[in-house]
Amino acid sequence: MPAASSSSAFGLHGAQAFPHRHLTGISGLQPHEISFLLDEAEQWVDLNRSASKHDDRLSGMTLINAFFENSTRTLLSFEIAGKRLGADVVNMHAAQSSVKKGETLIDTAMTLNAMRADCIVIRHQSSGAVRLIADKVDCPVLNAGDGWHEHPTQALLDALTIRRRKGAIAGLKVAICGDIMHSRVARSNILALTALAAEVHVVGPPTLLPPAIERMGVTAFTDFDRGIADVDVVMMLRLQNERMAGGFIPSPREFHAFWGLTPERLERAKPDALVMHPGPMNRGVEITSSVADDKRRSAITEQVEMGVAVRMACLDVLTRKRRGVDGWA
Amino acid sequence: MKDRAILNGLIVNPAGGTAPGGVLIRDGRIAAVGYFDAPADADILDAAGAMIAPGIVDLGIFAIDLPAMRAGGITRAGLMPDQSPPLDDPGLIQRAAAAGKPDLWIHPIAAATRGLEGRELAEYGLMHASGAKAVSCGRRWIPDSSVMLRALKYANAHDLVFIAHAEDGGLAGDAVATAGETATRLGLPSAPAIAEPIAIMRDLCLAREAGAPIHFRQVTTAAGFDLIRAAKAAGQAVTCGISPAHLHLSDIAVSDFRTFAHLSPPLRDESDRRAALEAIADGTIDVLCSAHDPRGPEDKRLPFADSAPGMAGAETLLPMGLALVRDGQISTEGLFRLLSTNPARLLGVEGGVMAPGAPADLILFDPHAPWRIDVARLAATAGNTPFDGLPVQGRMLQMIKGGQLFA
Repeated sequence: MPAASSSSAFGLHGAQAFPHRHLTGISGLQPHEISFLLDEAEQWVDLNRSASKHDDRLSGMTLINAFFENSTRTLLSFEIAGKRLGADVVNMHAAQSSVKKGETLIDTAMTLNAMRADCIVIRHQSSGAVRLIADKVDCPVLNAGDGWHEHPTQALLDALTIRRRKGAIAGLKVAICGDIMHSRVARSNILALTALAAEVHVVGPPTLLPPAIERMGVTAFTDFDRGIADVDVVMMLRLQNERMAGGFIPSPREFHAFWGLTPERLERAKPDALVMHPGPMNRGVEITSSVADDKRRSAITEQVEMGVAVRMACLDVLTRKRRGVDGWA
Repeated sequence: MKDRAILNGLIVNPAGGTAPGGVLIRDGRIAAVGYFDAPADADILDAAGAMIAPGIVDLGIFAIDLPAMRAGGITRAGLMPDQSPPLDDPGLIQRAAAAGKPDLWIHPIAAATRGLEGRELAEYGLMHASGAKAVSCGRRWIPDSSVMLRALKYANAHDLVFIAHAEDGGLAGDAVATAGETATRLGLPSAPAIAEPIAIMRDLCLAREAGAPIHFRQVTTAAGFDLIRAAKAAGQAVTCGISPAHLHLSDIAVSDFRTFAHLSPPLRDESDRRAALEAIADGTIDVLCSAHDPRGPEDKRLPFADSAPGMAGAETLLPMGLALVRDGQISTEGLFRLLSTNPARLLGVEGGVMAPGAPADLILFDPHAPWRIDVARLAATAGNTPFDGLPVQGRMLQMIKGGQLFA
């Protein structure tokens, strides 16, 4: 059974529960709107665990996954989400597209628009690129990651994972660890978790903590042991290969020695602390295999599962107006 | 040619004050200022109470944009070497110098190094002979201090002032914003504001060593103004400029990825903006310039970090300057020292003077006329202004260049 919808809890009906055309970021969402998406995702977790993983509410609709930056997991997750809802899913890989031939982002967006997509999912290497496209097209746009800016569905799936494991998010202490500066996952998670009243620590080498990060309502630590002391959730971030060699940190092994999550370090967190990672992992760099694979502590595969459910919820909610759903049209 | 008498105006004399009167023009030059007996056959222009001031000398534009310059009251402009190709050759200088006449006189600024690449000195002497009025590294930083030292010495030997860009290139790197809350929230590459004082400190030392004057095109931080203030107090030949954007906007204007607010140097935080206003009031800033750089959608309708920096500023320079007068930061005649007298002196050209003998490069404007800045209605080749929608006061009425009227 799906959990009781927060929309009814807040006395909101239909589109009042989520009055946004696009999902470009967690920024701009009210806490009850975040909770609404999480509540909506619960029913899809149940469906995805059943034998017949199919619903046809998006039947006849065209979903375009426009990925200007390479991705395997997120693209696959959106593709599965769209297909399970019955949509016709088309994947556009920018690496093989006219973007390489010098076409501007806006022109590409207008082309997708002219093909009458019903929803466009976009990943792009530049911060703000998704919002730029959202302003120009007629259909809902979903941000699958833009530069260092936001990755809202990642934050939603992380929140859903935490909520299911811990019962609630308010009052929890969460440490987000690693390369905060270049991470859209970190920014979206900071926004979502602080909105849902968690206490957020960010932990990383001083060269990878962005300026004035505490202005986002978090406490910053360079000392890993202090940063994860007594936390309920340890969220590790991927260290991009290009940051490893000298520019920001001296070496992967030095990073691992001071900011890698090892079983000993994890002792500093609460005994039942949850370990999370958005993937793909650099085993032996930001996380030790024994921690990543510890079924009692690690929620990493569960995050992937929640990802499909959250994306189904987002696709469903964002297309309700177009589908003429009662109260949304 | 008949004499022309502009009567019944309010004369803005940068070297004096602002007082009622008129201007008599003879043979393209000012013959009398104030109250005079106009010759019986003179053409009379009734200013009807409008202000009459020296034409604006805009030190540091990035594009020759005649309609925008005329709408902005700009009679002379220093053209930055950041062109395509860069102004590093006497032929390019000569062509640029002729591009705006008769109503706009372009004073090209020579590239300090070939291709603006910061390595080999360009031909300042030959470019000077072709019309270059200053030397500059453009919007770039010369990383090698020995190259910068030689450039300063060599420019000074040719009586050309060096116009420096105050951003340490290493810190600035790929940054498109000032490090702080806004850049962090948006996930934009950023550089700490100290990139500016670091660059100023180095270049002040090198200019002192070279015994050469130096002008910093845009100083935008509190720490930068402190260095300039101290150097001036110590007697060093240093001047600096700013454009209205850094006086009226802080980096919050970048929120929502507004590429029209993507500038170089980037917008700073509110405390630096306040320091810039103080630096206007206490005379630390010598030049107010438009940094006019019209950019169309191909450069601006892009993700923020991929967009080109710069704004269309020619038409908003005067009204945004007059806003400083209304706010009590500066007097009207003081404003025209920044807009006209000081930049003319740095370039070594006539202009900015309201006295008999000076060229009759004048503007008539109504300082109180209200209008609203609208990107769609600017005369500039592109309307990329971060001031879109802002209500302002101050409207150009008439431009006079060399005694001739231009509407």
